[in-house]
Amino acid sequence: MSAITRDEVAHLARLSRLALDEGELDHFAAQLDQIVGAVARVAEVAAGDIPPSSHALPLTNVFRPDEVRPCLTPEQALSGAPAVEDDRFRVPRILGEEA
Amino acid sequence: MSLTHKTAAELGRLVASRETSAVEVAQAHLDRIAEVDSKVSAFLHVDAERALAQARAVDERIARGEKLGPLAGVPIAHKDVFTTEDMPTTAGSKILEGWRPPYDATVTRRLREAGLVILGKTNLDEFAMGSSTENSAYGPSHNPWDLSRVPGGSSGGSSAAVASYQAPLSTGTDTGGSIRQPAAVTGIVGMKPTYGGSSRYGLIAFASSLDTPGPFARNVLDAALLQEAFSGHDEFDSTSIDAPVPPVVEAARQADVAGLRIGVVKEFGGEGYQPGVLARFHETVDLLESLGAKVVEVSCPTFGYALPAYYLIAPSECSSNLARFDAMRYGLRVGDDGTRSAEEVMALTRAAGFGPEVKRRIMLGTYALSSGYYDAYYGQAQKVRTLISRDFEAAFHQVDVLISPTTPTTAFPIGERADDPMAMYLADLCTIPSNLAGNAAISVPCGLADEDGLPVGLQIMAPVLGDDRCYRVGAAVEKAFDDRWGGPLLSKAPAL
Repeated sequence: MSAITRDEVAHLARLSRLALDEGELDHFAAQLDQIVGAVARVAEVAAGDIPPSSHALPLTNVFRPDEVRPCLTPEQALSGAPAVEDDRFRVPRILGEEA
Repeated sequence: MSLTHKTAAELGRLVASRETSAVEVAQAHLDRIAEVDSKVSAFLHVDAERALAQARAVDERIARGEKLGPLAGVPIAHKDVFTTEDMPTTAGSKILEGWRPPYDATVTRRLREAGLVILGKTNLDEFAMGSSTENSAYGPSHNPWDLSRVPGGSSGGSSAAVASYQAPLSTGTDTGGSIRQPAAVTGIVGMKPTYGGSSRYGLIAFASSLDTPGPFARNVLDAALLQEAFSGHDEFDSTSIDAPVPPVVEAARQADVAGLRIGVVKEFGGEGYQPGVLARFHETVDLLESLGAKVVEVSCPTFGYALPAYYLIAPSECSSNLARFDAMRYGLRVGDDGTRSAEEVMALTRAAGFGPEVKRRIMLGTYALSSGYYDAYYGQAQKVRTLISRDFEAAFHQVDVLISPTTPTTAFPIGERADDPMAMYLADLCTIPSNLAGNAAISVPCGLADEDGLPVGLQIMAPVLGDDRCYRVGAAVEKAFDDRWGGPLLSKAPAL
């Protein structure tokens, strides 16, 4: 039985915002099936009552005083933008219907 | 000996004493780059003019009598995953082609403050995902020992640059072995510091709970000097450790293992390991005993599950981190013809801008984090992570350091594993546990494999903030082998 189907990969591609073509979907479906099958081995470890680690070090939140500090200028922040208008990032339409 | 073949410590001394100038040192390395990098392809970007200007500034400060650090005027190759405001930063990806960051990474800033001369930016697997540099959108780098083979990865441009004398030092980042494995397969030294010991600010994120900047060098002392130069607490990185940098330089000078307890990890060896790698490793164990160390076998039963746990945790973090490449604020934008929605443009851009390995990992991470699978995959992997840390804790009650081969095989041919992700992932088998537990680990050369004449690395693992132990043992091994071989291993590499 395969661990992951082509339809699931197509769904993952949509969730991941990756516009994959049919050939890519076939290719990745076979590879992801193999990888998921291999990493599923973690289930063999008896870890029922073991606490999960999200992080290697026992760190807690780090805070600093809420003070205004120097930061990027608008010019610097926009310097790598694909499109700019009136000192702002210009983006494609974000609503489902024409404005 | 030409300037390009000297150690970083020696170059720093020569510049400080004005026996040579930083400009001469930089020019010698720029000439070397011009001579050999067409074969090695270590660099994505070289900036001769800026390098010479930085070198001139160091010379002027020394002429004025300023006291600078031990690496002032020493050239360095900088992995192209650290932001640099005066040079492009691509992370090996088409999605960032030509991008010029608006600020310097903390590591970059500290290199500049220490007077290091940045020659350029080095090649890497796209977003540091890979073990060969073959995932770079700009083509692979080549191993200076055999140009048909990989220099390791993801920091393969940095390892290749140092191993081919294009720079005495380079930076890398290690998420699953991306410093230690390339160091091992190119016959140089590479160190993954304790997680949080070096700043991630301005490091383009792959897996934030694992990513660790570290040094490459041709000898242990040089690596320690570089680690010391860019390490230490950084208020811009909330996971940075607020503690003094371990005494790494002192430890590298100490170079002695008498009385140390050294553990051989029982789980690393046997099937899947190249015989020549195991032969050199066992020889090194004998060497350490002859130097007065007490060597015992130690079992770390969960280490066998580190690789699958890593390939759930790292892709999960990557799928989240790489969501920032959305075609809106910087980088590539594809298909914005006025009719498509932001979401369509995003999906087209990411499909065009990311290579296959990055796409695989984003989808794998999305899968591991999705509802219904989260507990079985990501949640279970996080529990395994806890058990791996406990294995280390138990082991470090018995011994001062653990050792293993750095990687199961020597450098593999370019193309051999390029479209076989599981085979590629095995390169990180021995290095991953230290990323999951966050402890320090180094790779130092321990000889050439009989069957192919290629370098083998010894991995030395120490507890969290025990970085100095890696350097102490690494330097002792290096000293003993240099005596035995009549010089560094790298002197046996063929001329380019």
